Amino acid sequence: MLQIILGAVSLGLLWAVMTMGVYITYRILNIADLSVEGSIAMGAAIGAQCIMRGMNPYAATAMAFVGGMLAGLATGILHTRLKIPALLSGILTMIALYSVNLRILGKANISLLRMDTVYTVFENFGLNKSSAVITLGLLCVLGLVGLLYWFFGTEIGCAIRATGNNPQMARAQGIDTGNMIILGLVISNGMVALSGALIAQSQSFADVQMGIGSIVIGLASVIIGEVLFGKRNFFNRLIALVLGAITYRIIIALVLRMGMPASDLKLFTAMTVAIALSLPVFRSYLKPLQRSKKGEM
Amino acid sequence: MLTIKELHKKFNPGTVNEKTALQDINLNMAEGDFITLIGGNGAGKSTLLNCIAGVYGVDSGIIAIAGENVTKFSEHKRAGVIGRVFQDPMMGTASNMGIEENLALAYRRGKRRSLKWGISQAERQIYRELLGSLELGLEDRLGTKVGLLSGGQRQALTLLMAILIRPKLLLLDEHTAALDPKTAEKVLQLSEKFINEGKLTTLMVTHNMRHAIKHGNRLIMMHDGRIILDIKGEEKQKLTVEGLMKRFGKASGEEFADDRVLLS
Ligand SMILES: Nc1ncnc2c1ncn2[C@@H]1O[C@H](COP(=O)(O)OP(=O)(O)O)[C@@H](O)[C@H]1O
Ligand SMILES: [Mg+2]
Repeated sequence: MLQIILGAVSLGLLWAVMTMGVYITYRILNIADLSVEGSIAMGAAIGAQCIMRGMNPYAATAMAFVGGMLAGLATGILHTRLKIPALLSGILTMIALYSVNLRILGKANISLLRMDTVYTVFENFGLNKSSAVITLGLLCVLGLVGLLYWFFGTEIGCAIRATGNNPQMARAQGIDTGNMIILGLVISNGMVALSGALIAQSQSFADVQMGIGSIVIGLASVIIGEVLFGKRNFFNRLIALVLGAITYRIIIALVLRMGMPASDLKLFTAMTVAIALSLPVFRSYLKPLQRSKKGEM
Repeated sequence: MLTIKELHKKFNPGTVNEKTALQDINLNMAEGDFITLIGGNGAGKSTLLNCIAGVYGVDSGIIAIAGENVTKFSEHKRAGVIGRVFQDPMMGTASNMGIEENLALAYRRGKRRSLKWGISQAERQIYRELLGSLELGLEDRLGTKVGLLSGGQRQALTLLMAILIRPKLLLLDEHTAALDPKTAEKVLQLSEKFINEGKLTTLMVTHNMRHAIKHGNRLIMMHDGRIILDIKGEEKQKLTVEGLMKRFGKASGEEFADDRVLLS
């Protein structure tokens, strides 16, 4: 059991990196960006291929980050410059990336068994694989939380937040909303690809299919984090995201252990997200009831 | 300060929904002019302001601010010299961000944004004083999310944001129309105060004839996408509501028939 929880925590930490990326687009920019489905697999593909070719795993992971940023740039240009709706821009990038990722991998998947990965350094200190992943995952996540907290407090970060919150107001205050959306998408997809590279190295293979459904997993983690761990201020929100991603993995590990077939996982996740997203509708049905109880109506 | 030459604007050109919103608009605003702009629903007032601010491109014509041709400039680029307050109190502020964060965004209007921290301690002092001058009790609520404020408070804040960096041109589009009469009066007073203190070149749209007559040094009336009256100087000072309605009838060949204007 402990082993299962530890495994879930380690995977959750790596997915937390992806969840923070999804949060940037979904909550800060107010865009549902589907390109992440392609960029997470792209991160895995670039990371794996670079490592196969003998590159230092940290450099390979950095390459994955850059690749993801380029994917975000593509979506950003489709949306802001070519005026294609955000959802469709993301889908176009996602589909295009499927082919790109196949080209990067050269085949449907690459195995990284017995290759040096970013975790090898930690394993050389005597940690087992799962502890090594947790250690590096934790370092990565805490570093990124700090970085994002700083960035979204800067002038440019504030301009991105204003763009997502009220683009008309942002433009009236002299903010180039197109550029801010591109920048947000670039950062977001970079993080998602980084997460993909870290995940591929922890599971010792990269698969062109691994992005399918990832946006829903990201959204599920965002929502679980917000509902369970609060959204008082930005720092609290970031920590809540990380805990949300870990909680999601623990839930999945538990339902699998309780006997749910792995093939039903995506159905389960989709339903969880659908219910969570529709909560406001149910609340608005409940509100009049509550009010009439109080005798206000 | 503002020069508009032969401005034309159609919406949905070449379709069944084609709508000529502005026709041959010519306007010269001197530095310090405070123009009230009045006209019936759909006369093209908001469209004119939006064309000046760069929200819409124009079909033909020239818009110049302080001698610079800005016709081809994007909206955010023009924002460096234009302050704006909209009719909808929700539109001028970022509701998920704090009062001080909104002001800090406005404080950087027209400047390069960098990776410096988004708000400084010194600014907070400035904001506290300016908010105090609104007399709405906002000076002690710098961190409060703007979404929690009332419409009047948000509109007053938007006004402050519009003038925080002295704009070469202030555009007010029925910025008190969505407020209750008492709040509207208060926001209008604040506007008048800021405009006078800063000697701001201002174009203020209003539906209220009394307001249009009482405020500003010049009054412009629009009808069907055209400017049909331009009254300034002594003539403007002597203007009455009846006189204005008569002149509208003569200029447009129609009865002035906008309920909203008549009732107010
Ligand atoms: N974005 C738009 N698309 C199409 N038609 C528009 C648009 N904005 C305004 N119009 C039309 O242009 C005319 C002028 O509108 P507007 O400038 O909003 O009038 P006003 O502010 O004087 O009430 C109206 O007939 C309106 O329906
Ligand atoms: Mg209007």
